[in-house]
Amino acid sequence: MAYVPSLELVPGVLRREPRPIARLLTRAENGTAEARAALDALFAKAGRAHVVGITGVPGSGKSTLVARLAAQLRARDRTVAIVAIDPSSPFSGGSILGDRIRMGDLGGDPGVFVRSMATRGSLGGLARGTLEAVDVLDAAGYDIVIIETVGVGQDEVDVARAAHTTVVVSAPGLGDDVQAIKAGVLEIADVHVVSKCDRADANRTIAELKNMLAMGLSMADGKERWHPPVVPTSALKAEGVDAVIDAIDDHRAALERTGEIVARQATIAQRRLLRASEDILRDRFERERHGAIAGLLEELAARRTSPHSAAVRLLEAIRLGGNP
Amino acid sequence: MEAQAADRIRVIVAKVGLDGHDRGVKVVARTLRDAGMDVIYTGLHRTPEEIVEAAVQEDVDVIGVSILSGAHMTVFPKIVAGLRQRGADDILVVGGGVIPDDDVVKLKEAGVKELMLQDTPPDAIVAMIRRIVAERGPR
Ligand SMILES: Nc1nc2c(ncn2[C@@H]2O[C@H](COP(=O)(O)OP(=O)(O)OP(=O)(O)O)[C@@H](O)[C@H]2O)c(=O)[nH]1
Ligand SMILES: [Mg+2]
Repeated sequence: MAYVPSLELVPGVLRREPRPIARLLTRAENGTAEARAALDALFAKAGRAHVVGITGVPGSGKSTLVARLAAQLRARDRTVAIVAIDPSSPFSGGSILGDRIRMGDLGGDPGVFVRSMATRGSLGGLARGTLEAVDVLDAAGYDIVIIETVGVGQDEVDVARAAHTTVVVSAPGLGDDVQAIKAGVLEIADVHVVSKCDRADANRTIAELKNMLAMGLSMADGKERWHPPVVPTSALKAEGVDAVIDAIDDHRAALERTGEIVARQATIAQRRLLRASEDILRDRFERERHGAIAGLLEELAARRTSPHSAAVRLLEAIRLGGNP
Repeated sequence: MEAQAADRIRVIVAKVGLDGHDRGVKVVARTLRDAGMDVIYTGLHRTPEEIVEAAVQEDVDVIGVSILSGAHMTVFPKIVAGLRQRGADDILVVGGGVIPDDDVVKLKEAGVKELMLQDTPPDAIVAMIRRIVAERGPR
């Protein structure tokens, strides 16, 4: 395939053709300016998919679970796209994206699309371009889009501001406590999964988690409130995956019944606006570092101005909102 | 910054066939990562069809296949044909392993871009991939 301009890829994306989808995902990931109009067009078509974030500490079983979820969703005749994020090396900027190992047996089914992304220094558990990738896959018509975040421990909360349903995976044998608590992600979970329940010590993990959750259940103001269920799974015994899908569906239904979905969308919109603004700022900063703002940087280094004053002048100098 | 990011090379490394160890492919994967590439590692025992599907979805620049089992004369042509059929023949196919010289000639005629011997030094692999991607040009 020779070079195809991004706007010409859009019809193929809407027909759910893998090649145009994949090409546009690359351009979203690279922040290619030429793809901007196409991504905007697809954003306008998106909004139908249910976006599920899956997070949890490294090795907790996220990729394994995602592969099983995808297979089960297909059995229920629902299409699914997966964005799996792994960290980039801070030294070389390169990455090894290994999540496809666990998803190998999904190959060949046009109802499943799997894409790996590297963080490229981005914090928060998502990669730059992840949310635009979700738009593309959403517009392509996949019923469910799953984001598997990097398992960084402290840092994966961004996904909760990008997904409709956040699933936190804990596993026995990875430490003394339930890792969700340690990582401070208890609050963001809409569904808790305890994986590896074929192991004897899984019961303790489940009990601890339920205990922690019970402590948080104090408010009784009569409003319907979603109580995150704890779902045990075992990839080894192929157990619990259907229950995870049911829990995700229940959560979606509850969001709609209570009107909470509107608040979620608002949170997502807020996060995306901020993030897109940051991206523009960062790009402009890099581009003008030796140009329009070089003098400013010099003044700051010599302490002839303060960081705050310099920032105000920087924003003026690069004319935010001008040509991107 | 944008130009830099756009230059990032994406490679899928795969191992076909039944022999069970993947130490070699993992070393290659790490080498490519350390050279700044995004490497998609698919694990053992992949079929040519699975590799083509994964390469298209991942939109890689290069597919690198390691074969020690002697099945290279069926595996590589299947991958090349699969890519053509998907309209994805801008994805370059390279291989490594134990491949007799005669077969190397035939496979290159069949559309495999480069073949390297099993003990090719890592730097040479990096240089080769950079070169063939540069020769192909942007897409
Ligand atoms: N016994 C058992 N092992 C499991 C189960 N699920 C996953 N594992 C194993 O746990 C290890 C990690 O699984 P992954 O699915 O790669 O975990 P992950 O959270 O995606 O890991 P990262 O992406 O590296 O953070 C692998 O060796 C799996 O085989 C399970 O249900 N039971
Ligand atoms: Mg994983």
